[in-house]
Amino acid sequence: MDFFDRFAVPHPSLAIYASMAAIGLTIIAVIAGLTYFKKWGYLWREWLTTVDHKRIGIMYLLSALLMLFRGGVDAIMMRAQLAVPENTLLDAQHYNEIFTTHGIVMILFMAMPFIMFFMNFVVPLQIGARDVAFPRLNALSFWLFFMGAMLFNISFVVGGSPDAGWTSYFPLAGTEFSESVGNNYYMIAIQIAGIGTLMTGINFITTILKMRAPGMTLMKMPMFTWSALIANVIIVFAFPVLAVLLAMGTLDRQFGTHFFTMDNGGMDMLWANIFWVWGHPEVYILILPAFGIYSEVISTFARRNLYGYKSMVGSMVIISLLSFLVWAHHFFTMGQGAFTNSIFSITTMAIAVPTGVKIFNWLLTLRKGKIVFTTPMLYSMLFIPLFTLGGVTGVMLAMSAADYQYHNTMFLVAHFHNVIIPGVVYAMLAGLHYYWPKMFGFMLNEKIGKWTAWLLSIGFILAFMPMYVSGLDGQARRMYTYSEAAGFGLMNMISFVGAAIMAIGFVLIVYNIYYSTRYESRDISNDPWDARTLEWSTHTPVPEYNFAILPDVRSNEALWDAKKNGHVLFKGEYQKIHMPNNSGIPFIMSCIFFVWGFSFVFSLWIPVILTTIGIFVCMALRSFEQDHGRYISVKEIEETETNLRGA
Amino acid sequence: MHKKGINVALFSVFLTIITLLAGCEPLLVLDPKGPQAERQASDILLSIGVMSVIVLVVFALLVYMLVKYRASKQRADYEPPHIEGNLWVEVVMVGIPVIIVAFLSYVSVQSNYIVEAKPKGYEDKEPLVVYASSSNWKWHFSYPEEGIETVNYLYIPTDRPLEFKLYSYGPITSFWIPQLGGQKYAMGDHVTTLHLAADVPGEFMGRNANFSGKGFAENTFNVTAMSQEDFDDWVKEVKETAKPITEKKFEELLEPGHLGQQTYTGTHLEFSPAPAGHDHSEESSETPETETQTESHTGHEGMSH
Ligand code: HEM
Ligand SMILES: [Cu+2]
Ligand SMILES: [Cu+2]
Repeated sequence: MDFFDRFAVPHPSLAIYASMAAIGLTIIAVIAGLTYFKKWGYLWREWLTTVDHKRIGIMYLLSALLMLFRGGVDAIMMRAQLAVPENTLLDAQHYNEIFTTHGIVMILFMAMPFIMFFMNFVVPLQIGARDVAFPRLNALSFWLFFMGAMLFNISFVVGGSPDAGWTSYFPLAGTEFSESVGNNYYMIAIQIAGIGTLMTGINFITTILKMRAPGMTLMKMPMFTWSALIANVIIVFAFPVLAVLLAMGTLDRQFGTHFFTMDNGGMDMLWANIFWVWGHPEVYILILPAFGIYSEVISTFARRNLYGYKSMVGSMVIISLLSFLVWAHHFFTMGQGAFTNSIFSITTMAIAVPTGVKIFNWLLTLRKGKIVFTTPMLYSMLFIPLFTLGGVTGVMLAMSAADYQYHNTMFLVAHFHNVIIPGVVYAMLAGLHYYWPKMFGFMLNEKIGKWTAWLLSIGFILAFMPMYVSGLDGQARRMYTYSEAAGFGLMNMISFVGAAIMAIGFVLIVYNIYYSTRYESRDISNDPWDARTLEWSTHTPVPEYNFAILPDVRSNEALWDAKKNGHVLFKGEYQKIHMPNNSGIPFIMSCIFFVWGFSFVFSLWIPVILTTIGIFVCMALRSFEQDHGRYISVKEIEETETNLRGA
Repeated sequence: MHKKGINVALFSVFLTIITLLAGCEPLLVLDPKGPQAERQASDILLSIGVMSVIVLVVFALLVYMLVKYRASKQRADYEPPHIEGNLWVEVVMVGIPVIIVAFLSYVSVQSNYIVEAKPKGYEDKEPLVVYASSSNWKWHFSYPEEGIETVNYLYIPTDRPLEFKLYSYGPITSFWIPQLGGQKYAMGDHVTTLHLAADVPGEFMGRNANFSGKGFAENTFNVTAMSQEDFDDWVKEVKETAKPITEKKFEELLEPGHLGQQTYTGTHLEFSPAPAGHDHSEESSETPETETQTESHTGHEGMSH
């Protein structure tokens, strides 16, 4: 039985067979479509081998939207299961797999790539650079992330999904209690994606520090770039921790070590400690760039400079430091004693201060402004009250003695969705609507956009406020069902209705993209929002080299300065521009990584060895390669520029 | 005094709202039946009060800004000014949150020491020690003093402090009786201590709050609080009627799965003692001073175990 049984799903159900069929059909359809329309060459040349940060950004965006729907379907299934007591829609095992994969997919394969999309697409444009510091590494980062995500997603149909929660606490996640390969997928898939993320971190720190346009000192960087810089610094400190943690988990599960086992000297809470040393900073990796997006959007549509630029930067720096000092608030109830809990309680609450500073800065940015309610602005204005609510419940959770009552309950689930949805997801949607014209040369429909924002918010309130109540009423998180007598029925039903409304909201986003692609005007300027920062100073669509002449920057709102004070951004003659060549190696190497990961999950050591060699061969090839990129001639630039200006 | 009045008023408003939302029955956590849960409930209400003020201030400011400064209300040629910031505004912006956080930290630290110590009002009483261990997906309660053991239910006297010694035969679990007090982890490699007490007789819900696999949702137990006399009667009755727990029987009980409520004489501690390790349980029930207890708890910091 052994060999083939391991590839089978341990608890197959109709949903799994349906997904198998769907995945199979999609793959066939994609292959057939590409062949029929003769698009293989196009796909390869323009996308799979691209090293252009804008295209890589767009690929991150596509992956993130795809995963948003995967995670969203999980969410709606969970809410449907809990809508009434003693429901039998899902069984315990299935529910456990769903909340586990929902959490991982949403955090690591949806929110992270969304942030990566913004960093890739916006940062180089915003700092007036032509590319990132290491374009090829950037492509490799994306493809590693992508392969990690795909590997994680096939767990649903091959071998079994992880089921020990997104936190994957040992010993539950060890082989003793989780026999299927599900948690191997967790370890390996996240490891592969995480390596990609770490490389992105290094890449963007270098980019931001080294490639700013002339005149752009650190304190003249736009706020989003600042937030990206700090998030990347956190990545560089936090992700190695994750890599080590996952490696230790892999050793325990597949090589019989005893880091986290119950006996032989294993320490179960060691996993929790290391996990949260990475896990808490991780949430700031998501929220800081979101804050950056809000800063851009709010000052653009308040038609005013951002209030308190320096304190905005300062508060982010402080948040990034504190984010590493609070991890134990995730297990106040571990029995570490009153003294330790007090320390972590205080450091956690301290984060509320710099966060509060940011909220007040945004509010004061509105003051004396001339506020225009566009869709991105609407998201930002819904963000402020909703996120404040999530923030204050965070402070409540930080009071450790009280947390003994909140811990592991729906109150906690309500809290973190309350910060992550208005905080991160709304920022992503605000940014999506904001940057869409720069990416694709047309606007998303404003009316549908506003409808979506309101629907999502109403759905959000209905879906998550009841959880605060049911949490205080004793409903633990991660329960696949509850008895009638428990009395949680009403709250969970309201939650389900809210989740359904949110689902409609998310479908509307897709509809908006479809509708706008067909009907919105292509006749928009380079700067349709009358914005303030450099990314809006170049053409739409953005030429490959971003800026024909590097801008001359005088303030953190370079474009606004140019518009209001008549400062000339682009001075001088065209010169030939050096650009990197496309390369197939990042993609091919990541494909090999995928096979490596898959073989590792199933402990197929011969393929593991072969693919390991393959990976090293790719690296060796690269080191012998004599690729110095290419030049775009002045003539070519002139042609492109006249074309773009004409359009 | 005046401020206190406002606070109390605020709390009662929120309590009513929350109660109404919950279909007129008080929420478990806000319906405490013991001193520890009471302290936690009052912290929760206090923080809800303080936090509501913050939320209201932010809401009000936002609405004010949005109403006053929207473009449609302004002259077409109005140009918003460039304002960098203002030292005093920023001092206030930092100062007020610092004061709030300092206040809440003060309360929180005090509460930490309170919930970790013998319950208030029970300091001079000898605690009842119960070893509560979890296995997939059951709770085993050993009463060493009484020499009896139960599965999935707990009888406790009302007029005594309770000292739970928690550990696990499987994944990490969390022992939680919301109406008596917040939870604490039960782990495989050492024992944690949770101090509770019940002020009044009654039936309470208890459960494992930490996800532990397939049978987690049903990983619950019933708690019945009664007078010391009733408790003594129950113990006597158990001793007369129940079968002894044997090593073999206990091994059987540890098999993964669900069981109903069961009762035994003797405890499994005799042949399957609680994990020793770097434990918190060295100071046992005999140590009345809370000082030594909190000290040895602090030793258990971070990764040290
Ligand atoms: C869009 C609507 C969403 C709904 C209705 C929803 C619903 C849920 C539900 C019902 C749970 C499990 C509760 C439990 O049984 O313990 C859950 C867990 C979780 N959700 Fe969401 N969610 C949504 C969006 C998101 C987003 C956007 C993120 C992150 C970016 C996210 C991250 C998580 C995480 C990390 C968990 C914890 C998983 C675990 O316990 O291991 N969710 N969500
Ligand atoms: Cu945290
Ligand atoms: Cu411990």
